[in-house]
Amino acid sequence: MKFKSVFDIIGPVMIGPSSSHTAGAARIGRVARDLFGRQPDWAKVHLYGSFAETYKGHSTDVAIIGGLLDYDTFDERIKTSFEEAQKAGMTYEFIPETGHVDHPNTARIVIGDEKSEMSMMGISIGGGKIEITELNGFPLRLSGNHPAILVVHEDRSGCIANVANCLYKYDINIGHMEVSRKEKGHMALMVIEVDQNVDKEVMDELKKLPNITQVTRIAD
Amino acid sequence: MEALFRNVRELVERAEKEQKLISEIMIEQEILMTNRSREDIMIQMDRNLTVMEEAVEKGLKGVHSVSGLTGGDAVLLQAYREKGNTLSGDLLLDAVSKAVATNEVNAAMGTICATPTAGSAGVVPGTLFAVQNKLNPTREQMIRYLFTAGAFGFVVANNASISGAAGGCQAEVGSAAGMASAAIIEMAGGTPQQSSEAFAITMKNMLGLVCDPVAGLVEVPCVKRNAMGAANAVVAADMALAGVTSRIPCDEVIGAMFEIGQSMPSALRETAKGGLAATPTGKWLESKIFGGAVVGSGQ
Repeated sequence: MKFKSVFDIIGPVMIGPSSSHTAGAARIGRVARDLFGRQPDWAKVHLYGSFAETYKGHSTDVAIIGGLLDYDTFDERIKTSFEEAQKAGMTYEFIPETGHVDHPNTARIVIGDEKSEMSMMGISIGGGKIEITELNGFPLRLSGNHPAILVVHEDRSGCIANVANCLYKYDINIGHMEVSRKEKGHMALMVIEVDQNVDKEVMDELKKLPNITQVTRIAD
Repeated sequence: MEALFRNVRELVERAEKEQKLISEIMIEQEILMTNRSREDIMIQMDRNLTVMEEAVEKGLKGVHSVSGLTGGDAVLLQAYREKGNTLSGDLLLDAVSKAVATNEVNAAMGTICATPTAGSAGVVPGTLFAVQNKLNPTREQMIRYLFTAGAFGFVVANNASISGAAGGCQAEVGSAAGMASAAIIEMAGGTPQQSSEAFAITMKNMLGLVCDPVAGLVEVPCVKRNAMGAANAVVAADMALAGVTSRIPCDEVIGAMFEIGQSMPSALRETAKGGLAATPTGKWLESKIFGGAVVGSGQ
């Protein structure tokens, strides 16, 4: 079931005009920021399908920048996010694409600063609900509606068991989990949706596990 | 977590068997699926209701979008209504004007509550606040109106679509109108089955509705489609209360909506490439708002 809560239907409370093109776009931007872990210095946003055709009228661009600035869907500052970004020293560029994508409302957000870069693909599936479909080239399925942890690790046996054991120790229940890798024995990714927010203590312990490269948390 | 209902048939059966309102089944399911307390859930819906009230209030004072394509119609409708000589009746025009008010606020980048989307945010509150004047519900009954609407929207979202880009405007304003119609029934004291009939009758009359926003904006024809969605919902609710039933069961109507959405060309699914958006005036308005070559000849 894609929609689990009545508030996915009666909600979100948001700045108009479009739940899929404004609120959903803001959420995609905000998840990208969460995954990046800090405010990026620059953003290149590729828009596909209906996003590419109608982004100006729906303020999809303004909303994505608002999300990258950590604004919620109902934050009045979304309306002036371009000015806010300028004040914060963040540059941005929007690139409407003509290529085919599976979902009509798709955005690829490439963000970075002097330390690192990140690429994320998000889709807005209606009513403000979103899914993250790709991170740094890894396909994944992340609703953005639950707290989640992303673990980048070396593709070695025991990694997944160690992470699961650590979560078990803190009584954190896994609601959904996906693992993927680009090539056997190289970099791999775990996407774990959990039922409650994961505190710093757990995050630190996960980071110390063998063969773990990076652990990121996305709060609900 | 297993949902208490996956379709309208299961929703109605459960409500009948347990002698409960549809809103109550939705509240119980929310508690079950999210592990949140009833109090929490009721408070959040109360807040959503407040956002809806404020949006209508703001819209009735008169708002205009940046593009200038929409705004001020809710004021015209209320003034006309107050003269007391309307053809379609006071409640109907009240619902219509309040639906328009909400969507004008949405088009102007104001704060609204999506129901089920922003483009269709007018229908549920528009009908609710109009019916409120007639039935004098308690605050809790008004909150329950939103849960009943939500229960039907939940089914549509999970079995079909509530996105204009995926399924056309039938998925947005069509769903919203069906949801409102089912909720009116509960508030008016009808049965869960009558809610289902009202939803089906409403949705049947929204089938095939394309999503063709002029200049890609959620303004033309969105605002007026919310108006007619609200009218459709009120009339279908009266039909169901009168005992009229839908020959095609509610879930099958929802299935038909999904199938139609799937077979719609992308030009008619929120790309602003077909329908009203592709008319000479539609194109002219687009170039006027966003610049670029003037393709059509406008008025």
